[in-house]
Amino acid sequence: MLLAKTGVPAASDLAKVIPSEERLKKGAVAIIECFQSIPCNPCQFACPRGAIKEFADINDIPKIDFDLCDGCGTCISKCPGLAIFVVDATYGAEEALVKIPYEFLPLPAKGDRVAGLNREGKEVCEAEVVRVQSAKGLDKTPIIWLSVPKDYMMEVRHIRLKGGAVS
Amino acid sequence: MKSLRKTELAVIGGGPAGLSSAITAMRQGAEVTLIDRDPVLGGQLIKQTHMFFGSKDQFASIRGIDIPSELIKALEEGPGKVKVELGTTVIGYYDDGVILMEKDNRATTLLPQRIIVATGAAEKMLPFPGNDLPGVYGAGAVQTLMNVYGIKPGKRVLMVGAGNIGLIVSYQLLQAGVEVVAIIEAAPHIGGYLVHASKVRRAGVPIYTSCSIKEAFGRESVEGAVICRLDENWQPLPGTEKTLELDVICLAVGLSPLTELLWQAGCKHKYVPELGGYVPVRNEKMQTSIPYIYVAGDAAGVEEASSAMIEGKLAGLFAAASLGYDHDLESLAATYRKELEELRSGEAGSKIRQGLAKLIGGVSVAS
Ligand SMILES: Cc1cc2nc3c(=O)[nH]c(=O)nc-3n(C[C@H](O)[C@H](O)[C@H](O)COP(=O)(O)OP(=O)(O)OC[C@H]3O[C@@H](n4cnc5c(N)ncnc54)[C@H](O)[C@@H]3O)c2cc1C
Ligand code: SF4
Ligand code: SF4
Repeated sequence: MLLAKTGVPAASDLAKVIPSEERLKKGAVAIIECFQSIPCNPCQFACPRGAIKEFADINDIPKIDFDLCDGCGTCISKCPGLAIFVVDATYGAEEALVKIPYEFLPLPAKGDRVAGLNREGKEVCEAEVVRVQSAKGLDKTPIIWLSVPKDYMMEVRHIRLKGGAVS
Repeated sequence: MKSLRKTELAVIGGGPAGLSSAITAMRQGAEVTLIDRDPVLGGQLIKQTHMFFGSKDQFASIRGIDIPSELIKALEEGPGKVKVELGTTVIGYYDDGVILMEKDNRATTLLPQRIIVATGAAEKMLPFPGNDLPGVYGAGAVQTLMNVYGIKPGKRVLMVGAGNIGLIVSYQLLQAGVEVVAIIEAAPHIGGYLVHASKVRRAGVPIYTSCSIKEAFGRESVEGAVICRLDENWQPLPGTEKTLELDVICLAVGLSPLTELLWQAGCKHKYVPELGGYVPVRNEKMQTSIPYIYVAGDAAGVEEASSAMIEGKLAGLFAAASLGYDHDLESLAATYRKELEELRSGEAGSKIRQGLAKLIGGVSVAS
């Protein structure tokens, strides 16, 4: 498995967790990029709408019911693997909204233009920060809302601030 | 001569395993003394600024650093009282059951009726030319520097080892604003959880599997390292050497149980690589080959905090029961065993299951 050698999920891994075109057209939805059976289960208790299916076993791989998920993003900061993202393909005509967990300081500010990085850490586009969620209840994992060109909504999973700050 | 201090149960080590042992034994009614060489309780957890994995019941998705305070609260809530001795290192064990402790350069003794050893694990070293240069650190030392003292170990780091510790410490280095040049791993696959690997990858850190460090160089301290690729037999492939400029090499190549006290006491050990090397032989009650000595947590086999806590509960439960405090013994034991079993049931737990089968002969995955 490529992922196990490089840490970068392969297209075949992603194909299993990305919602259908049809679902994407309906609005925001969570994507769980967690592909390995590990003894971890906080996500299954995280969703207020019950969209993350109950595990039979703590080692189960999370499964999400895209019809129940409304992309609220509550689950993002409950995942210790930082493996949950929300994508809203209906955000704008040219832009999609991507919500990512981000645990680095300084935090970006609303309106900042940042580098959108893919799963290998390579810059693929520019992104605009539209909101920074960092309430105390999120237990220290802030969520950054990004507006990115639609072509990159399934690519951008991290950011780099411009102006010298590291990561 | 001063009369010898006594206690019913001495718990050595105040990490997650020791804390859970002390709480459980206290709740059962035993009189407990908890000893740790550090100035604060919590063991490895006080360095873990990341959110925890594991089951929600075992504090998953709470950050490691926040777990000790919850356990300490339970410890203080009672109903019984646990005597806590911090800054106190247990340095010896005598045949008559007396333990020798050192605090502020003064030796004291204690005579417990039962002992639970929960001393955790020690980091392994890796032999390579230059590994004695300043700038070569163990991952534990790097974590302590950063997360306990707020000191950056350097500017550019090479991480050796892509197990969970190597991946997590790399992430914490990035959070501290330190550049991680690469993570190298001798095995053909990443050993840690892939979600952790993905996390550092998207922050721009390359991970090279089948890759090892050949040497470190530098005049007074580390200035660089030579890495190379390995073939299927883990032998260096000539011509694949690459020189990296960096000032820190961080070794995260594994842990082995810290069981000097158990060796001293004469407990039987067995070599089980899946559990980190030599591990004390024990039964499903966490009891060693010396009946009044119990063991729990990483000292019993390197695993993780969630399992350390449950093993601690089991050790505390059975040590207390052997002192006559056996309230609800069977049902509590069954609950804890089931929790352990679940934790170890998946793919990630298979190594531990294999190790335990070698150690206690496949009795049950939970034992
Ligand atoms: C980077 C990193 C990340 C981790 N992430 C996770 C995770 O996400 N989830 C998870 O479940 N686990 C995780 N772990 C593992 C977890 O921290 C350990 O498995 C766990 O702390 C083991 O608990 P323990 O009580 O056995 O030992 P420790 O926590 O090591 O505690 C042992 C204690 O014994 C004391 N001691 C040792 N010798 C003596 C002596 N002679 N006298 C007195 N005191 C002594 C020490 O001071 C220490 O306080 C991680 C570990 C590391 C290093
Ligand atoms: S985004 Fe909201 S609705 Fe969707 S799975 Fe996460 S918590 Fe549930
Ligand atoms: S909480 Fe995150 S890492 Fe854990 S199983 Fe769920 S998605 Fe995977």
